[in-house]
Amino acid sequence: MSEDIKTFTISVYTENNIGLLNRISAIFQRRHINIESLTTSQSEIDGVNRFVIVVNITETNAIKIVKQIEKQVETIRAYYHTDEETIFTESCMFKIKSELLFDEPQIQNIIKESDSNIVTVNKQFFVLEKSGRRHEIESLRRDLNVFGIMQFVRSGRIAVTKDEMKITEMLSAFNNQ
Amino acid sequence: MRKSQNIEDMKTQTINNKQDVANKTERITGSEAIVKSLIAEGVDILYGYPGGAIMPVYDELYKFQDQIHHVLTRHEQGAAHAAQGYARISGKVGVAMATSGPGATNLITGIADAQIDSTPLVCITGQVFSHLLGSDAFQETDIVGISTPVTKWNCQVTKAEDIPQAIAKAFYIAKSGRPGPVLVDITKDAQVSELDFKYEKCKGVRSYYPIPKTNQKSVDAAAELINNAKKPLIVWGQGVILGQAEEELKAVIEKSGTPAAWTILGASALPTSHPLNVGMVGMHGNYAPNKLTNECDVLIAIGMRFDDRVTGSLDTYAKQAKIIHFDIDPAEIDKNVKTDVAVLGNSKESLAMLFDALNENTHESWLQEFKDLYDIEFEKVINDDINPTKEGLTMGEVLKQINIESKGNAAIVSDVGQHQMIACRYADFNVTKSNITSGGLGTMGFALPAAIGAKMAAPEREVVAIIGDGGYQMNIQELGTIFQQKAAVKIVVLNNEFLGMVRQWQQLFFDKRYASTEMTNPNFVAIAEGYYIKARKVTKRDELEDAVKEMMASKESYFLEVCVEKEDNVFPMIPSGASVSDIRLS
Repeated sequence: MSEDIKTFTISVYTENNIGLLNRISAIFQRRHINIESLTTSQSEIDGVNRFVIVVNITETNAIKIVKQIEKQVETIRAYYHTDEETIFTESCMFKIKSELLFDEPQIQNIIKESDSNIVTVNKQFFVLEKSGRRHEIESLRRDLNVFGIMQFVRSGRIAVTKDEMKITEMLSAFNNQ
Repeated sequence: MRKSQNIEDMKTQTINNKQDVANKTERITGSEAIVKSLIAEGVDILYGYPGGAIMPVYDELYKFQDQIHHVLTRHEQGAAHAAQGYARISGKVGVAMATSGPGATNLITGIADAQIDSTPLVCITGQVFSHLLGSDAFQETDIVGISTPVTKWNCQVTKAEDIPQAIAKAFYIAKSGRPGPVLVDITKDAQVSELDFKYEKCKGVRSYYPIPKTNQKSVDAAAELINNAKKPLIVWGQGVILGQAEEELKAVIEKSGTPAAWTILGASALPTSHPLNVGMVGMHGNYAPNKLTNECDVLIAIGMRFDDRVTGSLDTYAKQAKIIHFDIDPAEIDKNVKTDVAVLGNSKESLAMLFDALNENTHESWLQEFKDLYDIEFEKVINDDINPTKEGLTMGEVLKQINIESKGNAAIVSDVGQHQMIACRYADFNVTKSNITSGGLGTMGFALPAAIGAKMAAPEREVVAIIGDGGYQMNIQELGTIFQQKAAVKIVVLNNEFLGMVRQWQQLFFDKRYASTEMTNPNFVAIAEGYYIKARKVTKRDELEDAVKEMMASKESYFLEVCVEKEDNVFPMIPSGASVSDIRLS
């Protein structure tokens, strides 16, 4: 009877206020749910923020969590989606010693084949940037790790949904009240 | 020095002043703006405790004391609970104030209690100067961070010009939709700098939808289930009281002929004596409604949240029944119990819509099942509780005596534990908003300060606090507030020299290992008398009637200690994790 745990992307439209990140993350913490990633940024609407939160939970829990998030006064709307219902990506950066670029010709092939970009090069190091799915980033990291990585960092998932959000309509309905 | 206050006079002045404040713009300090904002919101009483970071506001409260009455409690927790008592009996927003650091953190228990019991509170805390934020300054604490999980909303104000808007938003959020506590933290520099003050009440927040629209189709679906039910059961909660839907509830119950039970916080919304009122559900609720929860064919939950103390084991809770859930909070739907029909919205409106769609009906034989089970409960439990023949006094007979003297018209403020269950089980309620108790959080120490707030909000009402000897000592210092305010609260301590409920569990589930539950108590009468409160102690049955009469006749506060049987247990009882239908009578 136990329900499958799946990866859900929770999208939250909010006011841009201090403390709201704490309020939203506390909803997960209180239920002992680990947040896989959390990204917050400006949304398509001026003054409205968008959170993209990735969690591995059951759908029943996803529904409850979304309701709890929506219940917060400064949340405009919250949704949950499966991977199939979103277009998503992550990005990452590698800092690598510049000499490797010349000493290890394979690296150039790896860069080319991985569809990553060199952001900057100087005498000491060069910086590589890549966007993509987790497995692509992981495969690149494994390939480069053989040669030595000075620094590696990966962002949280950002995602847009295939269906419409209709936040603008909601906000204009409020303004027209 | 005892200071006398005429609450009625103050109320009139506040009302007169309201228009005056709201309509003109003036250059004033942030702290004056705080006080004027409170007055503009109709606040006539607030509870609090001064300190460094809130001193400018207290200076203004001093100037405006003819319009707004600040009650100095003896601890900030007392202030929060007093504000809760005020809110619970009046339906208005309770206001508590404290300084930064420990003052603010001491409010937290009351705020958490208000959050879980949906009580509208506005808490205002002072904060260190904004340039000191994050520097570990004296009495600095991150109260916005600390209070986030237990507030409906909170914010920090660092500029004087933001004060009126923040307070207006705070009141609006606290009382609209599903009510709850909010906290506004105001730095000292915002209090002392000036602003152009003009107060406008908040009418909406764009990201916040306090009352979801009631869907006629869901109402019709609910009505169809009820109209076709053979064994319907209503379980209502505090949502009925918060929505002021008592009349609508009564009309729905009577028209459909549905037996109706209540959660602890729903108590008093329908008079105890109503023929379709079948008692309390939950761990120590009545036998019939608990047992028959697992036999009804349609369960109609109204403004209640299927708390675990109500449902027992969810796996065996009303599995045979169709579930209808009326609630204002969408997050409550399917949270604990999966519903067949959910009706969102304000209970007053949704119940009125339901009433229109219901057929007139009666369920005599179904109701008889409740009566039969009541008779069993009466014989096995209630009779011994309220008409005891053993030597020791019972808590139940004290409640019975209070019922006789109050004629069921008193507001009962109970603490947490055995006495609370007895008070809720046996108190007669004729009037709504009369059962003031800490339901969700179970906060010992709640009752004494909450009774102060209740009495001050409703001076015309008899307010009786029923407290155990344990919880009484958690906020016993508030006797000082009762004395100073001349709050005519009646205090009944049911003293069994134990933390009774924990002791009961130890007896039943821990082989009578009474770990840290026995209390060696002080001379409670002497303590009350130390605060110049009239006090009496009862140890024998033949003294009880006279003592309760004397207490209820008193025009002033009165303390009554009743020494009850030390090791009595509260029954019926649904053991933790058991099914509602496995309720035990002994």
